[in-house]
Amino acid sequence: MTSEFITNFVYIISSVLFAFGLKLLGSPVTARKGNILSSVGMFLAIAATLASGHIISFQWILIGIAIGSILGALVAFRAAMTQMPEMIALLHGCGALASVFVDWTAYHVHGAPDIVNAITLLISIVIGGLTFTGSAIAWGKLSEKLSGKPLQFTGQQIVNILLIGTIAVLGVMFVMDPTRYDLFLIILGLSLVFGIFLVLAIGGADMPVVISVLNSYSGVVACTTGFVIHNTLLIVVGALVGANGIILSIIMCKAMNRSLGNVIFGGFGAVKKKSGDTTKKDAKPMSVEDAYLILEAAKSVVIIPGYGLAVAQAQHAVNELSKALENNGCDVKFAIHPVAGRMPGHMNVLLAEASIPYDQLMEMEAINPIMETVDVSIIIGANDVVNPAARHDKSSPIYGMPIIDADKARTVFVLKRSMATGFAGVENELFYFENTRMIFGDAKQTVQALVAEFKSSH
Amino acid sequence: MELIYLLFILVLSVFLGFALISKVPPLLHTPLMSEANAICGIIIIGALIAAGAEAESPLTIFLGTSAVALATFNVVGGYLVTERMLKMFKKSGSTKK
Repeated sequence: MTSEFITNFVYIISSVLFAFGLKLLGSPVTARKGNILSSVGMFLAIAATLASGHIISFQWILIGIAIGSILGALVAFRAAMTQMPEMIALLHGCGALASVFVDWTAYHVHGAPDIVNAITLLISIVIGGLTFTGSAIAWGKLSEKLSGKPLQFTGQQIVNILLIGTIAVLGVMFVMDPTRYDLFLIILGLSLVFGIFLVLAIGGADMPVVISVLNSYSGVVACTTGFVIHNTLLIVVGALVGANGIILSIIMCKAMNRSLGNVIFGGFGAVKKKSGDTTKKDAKPMSVEDAYLILEAAKSVVIIPGYGLAVAQAQHAVNELSKALENNGCDVKFAIHPVAGRMPGHMNVLLAEASIPYDQLMEMEAINPIMETVDVSIIIGANDVVNPAARHDKSSPIYGMPIIDADKARTVFVLKRSMATGFAGVENELFYFENTRMIFGDAKQTVQALVAEFKSSH
Repeated sequence: MELIYLLFILVLSVFLGFALISKVPPLLHTPLMSEANAICGIIIIGALIAAGAEAESPLTIFLGTSAVALATFNVVGGYLVTERMLKMFKKSGSTKK
């Protein structure tokens, strides 16, 4: 009784430390302290559980901890910052699978003693199962081991509905008679299959939403497992993580102007090719030398990075350009669209890795009101997120999506390989604007050439 | 009834989560997500109880040990990668020589 009390008391301390950790993540100044506090909370929770008297044999625990620690440390230190979305997907999957295994053990040993237990167990293995395989597929797509294209076949909706229906019917049967071990296994199996179908059908461009949704699910699973094994700390943490996933999913959906249902069930394949607007306009190319002359005279520059910047590995070159401009007395800011990277906040991490100070990184809402006062905006590897058609062209597939108003700057530079369209396959009218100049070529080489111009003239 | 008491905790925690996380700036959303992964590894305490109970069968040993390994992977991987990312965020001035 008293040992139970002490364990639960430590769990309260852990919850407080986790909450404080998240609170301190509210500012980059305190964030590292938050991470440390949170890990102390985790350590206390583990220590209290080990000392609780529930644990009889330590042999298998030590083996498990050793394997998990070695693999975790290896992956954490070796993952490149561009690979962060895959790493996160992998962690979602592992967390969900661990929860499913804990549920399974509880069911195997104790069965489901009452109806509440049977229902929570059911929800837990269904969401846990589909989160595990869904995360595995997301990992495969993000690491380009699988095709990023949405994989859809005719009758897919019907198959999905049949799967959900079967799981529901079997679920009801399981709740009526929780001793049916066979039903437990079949439901788990079907949930695993459902997770595969669900994420295979979603395209690579929608992965920021998928990752956020899976994050939310991994929290929900921890929570339901908490109900299965009657553990309050699991419920608290599961709720925190679940809320996190929901908030990030909403932010990502808003940034792409799509509803959650549309992302999960729609696929992005259906872009109507518009043939109405055939008036051929000419984009105006510009040489690096001329671009330098304009930048040399500029007092304020906003750089708008897209994922193309990371693909071209141009982050460090961009940092040099930013330094060169600043040494020339110019104010340099970076405008970050919420979906500029492959997951929420990804572009910020990529730029921070290239030692670009975080106070130069501006959110879309903060930069748009001052875009009109900017001398030059430089678009590197971004396309759809600066397409003005999103503001006025109702026929455009990206209409309504919030964009960075790059076109409002006095001069717009677009660094681009060719005139190809972006993810959404939409023509970008910005390229033909009066104040737009195209600088064709590899983004990294162009930026390096600009830096060289600055160096040679000083 | 215990269920009500657990639901009570759940509802309040969801509110706490929304209040805390809506304050995190988009700048830190990637580390936020890896931090969420790390604390989601709290499932380890369930896994420890599963793996440390008197072994009933090879199945429970396998499930318990795997769960401990997977949850530890989340905890260690999550915290370390968050630390790695947060270390890179620097204010201007501190990066100039």
